[in-house]
Amino acid sequence: MDLMTKPVLPDGLVAVVKRECATCVMTEPVLATIARSETLTVFTQDDETFPASVPHSFDSDLSVSWHHDIETVPTLIRVENGVEVDRTIGWSRDAWRTLTGIDDLGEDLPVMRPGCGSLSVDPDLVDKLRARFTGSVLTARHIDMASAEDEFESMFNRGWTDGLPVIPPTPERVLRMLAGTTRAPDDIVAVAPPDLVPLTVEKVAINAVMAGCLPEYMPWVIAALEAVCNDRFNMHGVLATTMPVGPVIVCNGPGTKRIGMNSGINVFGQGNRANMTIGRAVQLTIRNVGGGRPGEVDRATHGNPGKLSFCFAEDEDGSPFGPLATERGIPAGVDAVTVFAGEGPRCAVDQLARTPEELTNSFAACLRSVMHPKSVMTFDVILVVSPDHSRIYAEAGWGRERVLAELHARLQIDSNTILRGVDGMAEGLPDRFRDRTVPKFRPDGILLTHAGGGAGLFSSIIAGWANGEMGSQPVTVAVKS
Amino acid sequence: MSTARLTILDPTSESKPARRELLSRPSSIDGMTIGLLDIRKPRGDVFLDRIEQLLAERGARVLRYATPTFTKPAPADLRHEIASQCNLVIEALAD
Repeated sequence: MDLMTKPVLPDGLVAVVKRECATCVMTEPVLATIARSETLTVFTQDDETFPASVPHSFDSDLSVSWHHDIETVPTLIRVENGVEVDRTIGWSRDAWRTLTGIDDLGEDLPVMRPGCGSLSVDPDLVDKLRARFTGSVLTARHIDMASAEDEFESMFNRGWTDGLPVIPPTPERVLRMLAGTTRAPDDIVAVAPPDLVPLTVEKVAINAVMAGCLPEYMPWVIAALEAVCNDRFNMHGVLATTMPVGPVIVCNGPGTKRIGMNSGINVFGQGNRANMTIGRAVQLTIRNVGGGRPGEVDRATHGNPGKLSFCFAEDEDGSPFGPLATERGIPAGVDAVTVFAGEGPRCAVDQLARTPEELTNSFAACLRSVMHPKSVMTFDVILVVSPDHSRIYAEAGWGRERVLAELHARLQIDSNTILRGVDGMAEGLPDRFRDRTVPKFRPDGILLTHAGGGAGLFSSIIAGWANGEMGSQPVTVAVKS
Repeated sequence: MSTARLTILDPTSESKPARRELLSRPSSIDGMTIGLLDIRKPRGDVFLDRIEQLLAERGARVLRYATPTFTKPAPADLRHEIASQCNLVIEALAD
């Protein structure tokens, strides 16, 4: 029979048991009693000789157990006209008597005994069973590895990796990954640049497996891909530019804690699986499905190591600013990602400031140098304020609006100091900008966030890429289960 | 049911074939360097001697190679040597 089809149970009573389960062994005489007065069909999972006292079928491939969602043995089911109408799990004398209609059933047995786990939900088997019995939901091309082929080397050779090893996306692993989202495998998440390929949930799951994600990261990977494949973000341009940027993913909401994301010590660095693999899954998907590969559409002069994965959670609990996603229109408490085309982070040091004014002066001076001290209006920036620095703002009662207003006020520049040729630097504004005041950043060009370890009077600056319609705009998307 | 050691799912857009296409045949071998790789099956050398003679008649320069044993793939160094010295390679599977 077709493995994907749910086998119809015979009418009457159906029991599913295994010998390894003491409760099942205990109920063997009861099954024999039932069989004398009722049509009883027994399926045994682990030993075709058990239970010896009643006729039984061997559910050797566990297809009956899988398709009928048997989680505990023994399970006793009543079937009428091929349809299940009732079931009980484990041994409960009352429940078995009700289900069978035999009033004195199991008189010499205890009132109750819990059952055991069904083999069909055994952690060592469940992935294989899911692949065997539901594998047809996978439509991606299956590739068989030859007997002498090393799958890790083969995936390198096929051009599927970012230069680091990837986990082989077997059907079992991909199905397990798909369990992390309620979306159907054939749902289209986005149209993936640069090749403009319809991106299915299944392809996302395959690349998420390769990246090393856990299934619970899937909604975050999907949301980040929706965000980067948005026209406003302009992933094609982010790839094609010779500048060093890649998607920087800022995660907000209570779900960041549930999936164990890092918002603290070494927040941009190595060591946290969710931070490392969510961003990596996004990049692998763009590479493999979208076709965005370095040296092809990706023309970056230097790139940056964050193009492997640059993804972090905001430290919302300690923040005087409120969450970035909330500021960008997502209701408080809702999980969300914000994507930003950013280069590598750089450190903004001030160990002596004790007032918010002093600290803001230092931040403004550091922010002046983004891309070039004479560059204005062209690049946005993320300022990641550390807990040691944010405390200075919190104690002074400065929130997001105040900090941003004070920063922008300090970043109004006399154009005559940044004209072409001034200070012996050819770079600068054309002469027609003479005698003006020009802002370093556009009004919404500073994204203020809060993250980092609890010690260190340093904050961090992540500079962006050409902003506005011609470049990339930050995009914020809610994470859906 | 697949008999492969391991089956994986294609992570790409599947716009390219899973197997690499064969290169097109050269229109001429005149002036080319052709490697003949003897995998050391018995009398494979007899076959390759004759091939060498035919190739030479067509203007090719022929270099001879042999794997240490037919039971194992050619070592990486040998493959590299052939790839760096030859335009084409013919592998002798004769028995």
